[in-house]
Amino acid sequence: MSGGAPADVRVEVGAPPATGPLLEVGDLRVDFRHGGRTIRAVNGLSYALSVGRTLALIGESGSGKTVSSRAIMGLLPPSATVSGSVRFEGEELLGLSDKAMRRRRGADIAMVFQDPSRSLNPTMRIGAQIAEAVRVHARVDRAAARDRALELLKLVRLPSPEQRLHEYAHQLSGGMRQRVVIAIALASKPRLLIADEATTALDVTTQAQIMELLRDLQRQLGMALVMISHDLGLAASFADEVVVMYAGRAVEQAPTRELFAHVRMPYTKALLDAIPRVERPPHTPLPVVAGRPPDLAALPAGCPFAPRCPNAQDMCRETAPPLEEGSPGHRWACWYPCEDAA
Amino acid sequence: MKANGDEPLLSARNVVQEFVVRGHGGVKGGVVQAVSDVSFDVRAGETLGVVGETGSGKSTLARSVLQAPRPKAGSVRFQGTDLVGLKGRRLLEARRSLQMVFQDPFGSLDPKWRVFDLVEEPLVAYGVGTRQERRQRVREVLDTVGMDPDVYGRRRPRQLSGGQAQRVAIARALTLDPALIICDEAVSSLDVLIQAQVLNLFERLRGELGLSYLFIAHDLALVKQVSDRVAVMYLGRLCELGPAEALYREPFHPYTVALLASIPSPDPDAPRAQAHAAISGDPPSPIDPPSGCRFRTRCPRAQERCAVEVPEMRELAPDHAVACHFPVERGTALSP
Repeated sequence: MSGGAPADVRVEVGAPPATGPLLEVGDLRVDFRHGGRTIRAVNGLSYALSVGRTLALIGESGSGKTVSSRAIMGLLPPSATVSGSVRFEGEELLGLSDKAMRRRRGADIAMVFQDPSRSLNPTMRIGAQIAEAVRVHARVDRAAARDRALELLKLVRLPSPEQRLHEYAHQLSGGMRQRVVIAIALASKPRLLIADEATTALDVTTQAQIMELLRDLQRQLGMALVMISHDLGLAASFADEVVVMYAGRAVEQAPTRELFAHVRMPYTKALLDAIPRVERPPHTPLPVVAGRPPDLAALPAGCPFAPRCPNAQDMCRETAPPLEEGSPGHRWACWYPCEDAA
Repeated sequence: MKANGDEPLLSARNVVQEFVVRGHGGVKGGVVQAVSDVSFDVRAGETLGVVGETGSGKSTLARSVLQAPRPKAGSVRFQGTDLVGLKGRRLLEARRSLQMVFQDPFGSLDPKWRVFDLVEEPLVAYGVGTRQERRQRVREVLDTVGMDPDVYGRRRPRQLSGGQAQRVAIARALTLDPALIICDEAVSSLDVLIQAQVLNLFERLRGELGLSYLFIAHDLALVKQVSDRVAVMYLGRLCELGPAEALYREPFHPYTVALLASIPSPDPDAPRAQAHAAISGDPPSPIDPPSGCRFRTRCPRAQERCAVEVPEMRELAPDHAVACHFPVERGTALSP
């Protein structure tokens, strides 16, 4: 970490003040049955998100960040067993009928995925696709839906929107396609948007544009955002709170500024250290941890990160540490947490 | 370019690569000007990084170096031999010390083969040694990339993780004892901890085996991590080429400035990726690129001259060249 930065300085992030939580996830567990084995993809995830705020779920492939969000959306296959609770504006979503869930999904909660071309219909014009999304959620006539589609394209700042209405997905660049996907997601004026690696496939300049766009839209529409990413840099720039996941568990959770100033969990530190940074001179060796994430069907008895952890002791290999609040608002799951860098 | 006593390992001059595309379904046909008049050197023992966005021509440039396909114009001298114009056996021989590692290791490894055979294959193709000697060499290179031959030798690609498969691809590239390895987004699909392991492996191999790399990636921080010098490409042309440290600290080209401003920093106290300092819009089509400087349609510094005259690469600092009529002055590029 770059030391010296005062950690207690609160910066006005422009989001509305926190009120009661919009989304409350409690002890969420997701198991998959696969060939007689049970894979625990998400293991006791809890977080709360208020109106207008941004939460980042950070982790590597297989850490459970995407599965947990699909569980919230009710988008998991029948082979998945979901338990725990997901409350949206106080209403429990788990166990809702498909019909009731469908009404929530799209209307109140929308999701944007990594690959925009897979979310778009290649044989339908852009305008028709957005208009369709508009009419699913609102009883308006075709003309009104088309007007709203144009409005949405303007909202996501697609260049020459009038012309784009009549084009197909393949005529747009990756960044423009992602704007269209976001326009469709916004058609129902959702209260919560889940962006799953929404900028990962995009170039760095386009990524910056889309993230700025999401942030502006969030302010304009008072929308809460869950951003799922492998990129701690993106989380540092855009999230109010960060949850770091490893092997299906939340291993560290804190307001962004607090987390980056006082990293406690050795896994979070390893992630931060391993990111190449432009501030470092070329050929600086990256501090690495050996090994790779554990098999979710054969998790070690203790802490799942223990086999790779530089701080690990016997206790870590025997008993998994609980995620507990160690300082105000900051939780970590570690018996031997990192100290602040001097 | 700096005057250097000995000839560079790889020397590309005025390389041009174009593809004809047919118009269909509303997509305009024409000639894609994928790489236009690009010149650069890779010196013995150095890593030259190439950064650019999708469609900048960086991958096409790599393939043009390998003659796959042969560039439309220009020369590519490798170890003193111009590869353009060589055919069949002679091209294979000349290219033997030039290997490539791609982004998707599973796409470049035959799923039916075992690790041992995959790594041995280049030796068989070039008819190197006896079966015994080849097996010995395979064990050596697997060891070099940190994979125990007794554990992994008999596995097939699907029994490997992404990081392991990429190590096998690297081992394959090493078997023929190359002088230069072209890495095209070679770590981009790996998770950050595995990516760091593989990056460190590349660095270690460079020291131990005296390798040179042409290291292509869209991630600027990643490229800086491994590079001595860095080239920036935009829409098929070279914008800037200079020492890594200087180019990132004091970039001359407005496009380089924009790229650097777009990187999110893993430090919440650092200024947020500056969208206003970055550029708006998308790159134009390489089928009908803008006249003059190709970046001018998105450039905050563009003037009339930029539309008329193609900027030539010129050296503004030691070993540091830029193709821009109105380069950013030193000390004004980034906020103090």
